Amino acid sequence: MFYRENGQFKATYSADLQVFPIRQDRIGMLLLLAFAAVAVPLLADEYMLRAILVPFLILSLAALGLNILVGYCGQISLGTGAFMAVGAYAAFNFHIRFDGMPLLVTLLLAGACATAMGVVFGIPSLRIKGLYLAVATLAAQFFIDWMFLRISWFTNYSPSGSVSISNLSVFGAPIETPQQRYLLCLGIVVAFAMMAKNLVRGRIGREWMAIRDMDVAASVIGIRPVYAKLTAFAVSSFIVGVAGALWGFVHLGSWEPAAFSIDRSFQLLFMVIIGGLGSITGSFFGAAFIIALPIFLNQALPVLGSLVGLHIGTAAVAHTELMIFGALIVFFLIAEPHGLARLWSIGREKLRLWPFPH
Amino acid sequence: MGFFLETLMGGLMSGMLYALVALGFVLIFKASGVFNFAQGAMVLFAALAMARFAEWIPAAIGVEGKLLGNLIGFAAAMALMVLVAWLVERLVLSKLVNQEGIALLMATLGIAYFLDGFGQTIFGSDIYRIDVGLPKDPIFLLGGVFEGGLLVIKEDLYAAAIAAALVAVLALFFQYTSTGRALRAVADDHQAAQSIGIPLNRIWVIVWSVAGFVALVAGIIWGSKLGVQFSLSLVALKALPVVILGGLTSVPGAIIGGLIIGVGEKLSEVFIGPMLGGGIEIWFAYVLVLIVLLVRPEGLFGERHIDRV
Repeated sequence: MFYRENGQFKATYSADLQVFPIRQDRIGMLLLLAFAAVAVPLLADEYMLRAILVPFLILSLAALGLNILVGYCGQISLGTGAFMAVGAYAAFNFHIRFDGMPLLVTLLLAGACATAMGVVFGIPSLRIKGLYLAVATLAAQFFIDWMFLRISWFTNYSPSGSVSISNLSVFGAPIETPQQRYLLCLGIVVAFAMMAKNLVRGRIGREWMAIRDMDVAASVIGIRPVYAKLTAFAVSSFIVGVAGALWGFVHLGSWEPAAFSIDRSFQLLFMVIIGGLGSITGSFFGAAFIIALPIFLNQALPVLGSLVGLHIGTAAVAHTELMIFGALIVFFLIAEPHGLARLWSIGREKLRLWPFPH
Repeated sequence: MGFFLETLMGGLMSGMLYALVALGFVLIFKASGVFNFAQGAMVLFAALAMARFAEWIPAAIGVEGKLLGNLIGFAAAMALMVLVAWLVERLVLSKLVNQEGIALLMATLGIAYFLDGFGQTIFGSDIYRIDVGLPKDPIFLLGGVFEGGLLVIKEDLYAAAIAAALVAVLALFFQYTSTGRALRAVADDHQAAQSIGIPLNRIWVIVWSVAGFVALVAGIIWGSKLGVQFSLSLVALKALPVVILGGLTSVPGAIIGGLIIGVGEKLSEVFIGPMLGGGIEIWFAYVLVLIVLLVRPEGLFGERHIDRV
């Protein structure tokens, strides 16, 4: 009844090309952004911001980057964690080696370094396809892990590859409190989400999707696979690299290569799959789900255990968490293979018709 | 020269063990087109089951003797792996027929998480020992040729022999039994196999059971070498490049790939590692595979894939 586009006529080309063609969506999005930018920093406590919202935003950004590669261009990558590491360590090096470089410039340069790395490891995708490519991208993961652990120049000669960062500021304003960190991440994530949305609905995004659906057919109709695949790798690793730099700078503060291990890669891939392949909103849903689930299980399991008179220790909680996590992933893949984004769009479709059946 | 040969031998031995894990991957991929990331978790799960059952069951029913205890543990663990195979087919695979490869891959990752958690919940998460009586003392070969001889650990020799025997048995099973023939038919073409009356579901249970058996043997060998602990589950990551190098669909490929990776890893660590700061064992196999794939995208022995529009 309320969510209906009746009477909204498009009189200009630019109106026809809007990202959100329905007015209610535009208003909803603005309200959501206003809520996220104004209300959340005021209402949420420090734990909420530091432990849930900031990681959620950063990992959404990384999942978004991965989704461009896996969901839009169809190239499976298991090396995302490594590209995050490249972003984080590149940002660290720019930060300490060039005194007074603005934070935003540092982040973008870190993204550029990750892009270069991504393109290098993307070159095999021109020959290798499917699962073979997935394993080939593991080469990036292990090689880059090793690189930051053993080549001490990258970590400014710290013994175990652990580095730390402090005194961040943007345009003269310090980034210290959780609220400031949150707002910085929010701004960057919104900017990148808009950019990604516009990329995937433009020419280049359509080329990626054509390659994903069938690369031979795409090249027959004149899409250059080299260009399409490498740009997907480049854009994806740029976003992932920025996310990695944020993860190191804003979330962790001090980190070592283990923060970007293969588990991180799997985690991001889960976000993309559960959120929905080939969907920008899906990346956010997936990140929210994967971050919220362990926290929820951690809180709920001991309570549930005490209800039935069982004491569940921390080790048992960790193991049960693994079990439930695994089972839920399988369940989700069976119940909704197209991810949470599909559920969301089904819900919207229902809402448009409500209260009528058709 | 003696040192070189020693490294080479060490590489061959560990390569045989990688091949054993890789074999599990290949079996499942051939028969169901699923890239089974849970193979490592299955190795851990099987080894945990074996270690604990060999302790619990003899104690419960009062049987003496290590051999008997191990046999009972082995049988119980094998039964458990068959159960796992059946459940995987029932609850996961049969529901995901016709899904994309990546969804199936993710599903097996889910299974891997589940098995890791489940195994450690019921069997405990300490380090357990599996003692099947493999001798651990080193021996020296060819003492006359090289000064001091070649140092070889007896256990490795036995392990390699067991792995080789297992591969031979599997090859015979695939080649000469009717079940093996059915498995190969399913691997060739699911639909054609189904249309001539081969029950796909049963085949999948069988093939996951066989993979479970391979995992159990691998788990016992690795477990008696390193102790049964969580890191066993990471053996899968070592075996991945092996599978890809040999080709996802080739049993001999898994063996030869395993040997190449095992030897390459050890030799590179010893001879190239010091130049690069050591620890290159972690990525050497993957980078080697990447280079080979650039020349042969389907691995050394994989089936040629022809794209048609």
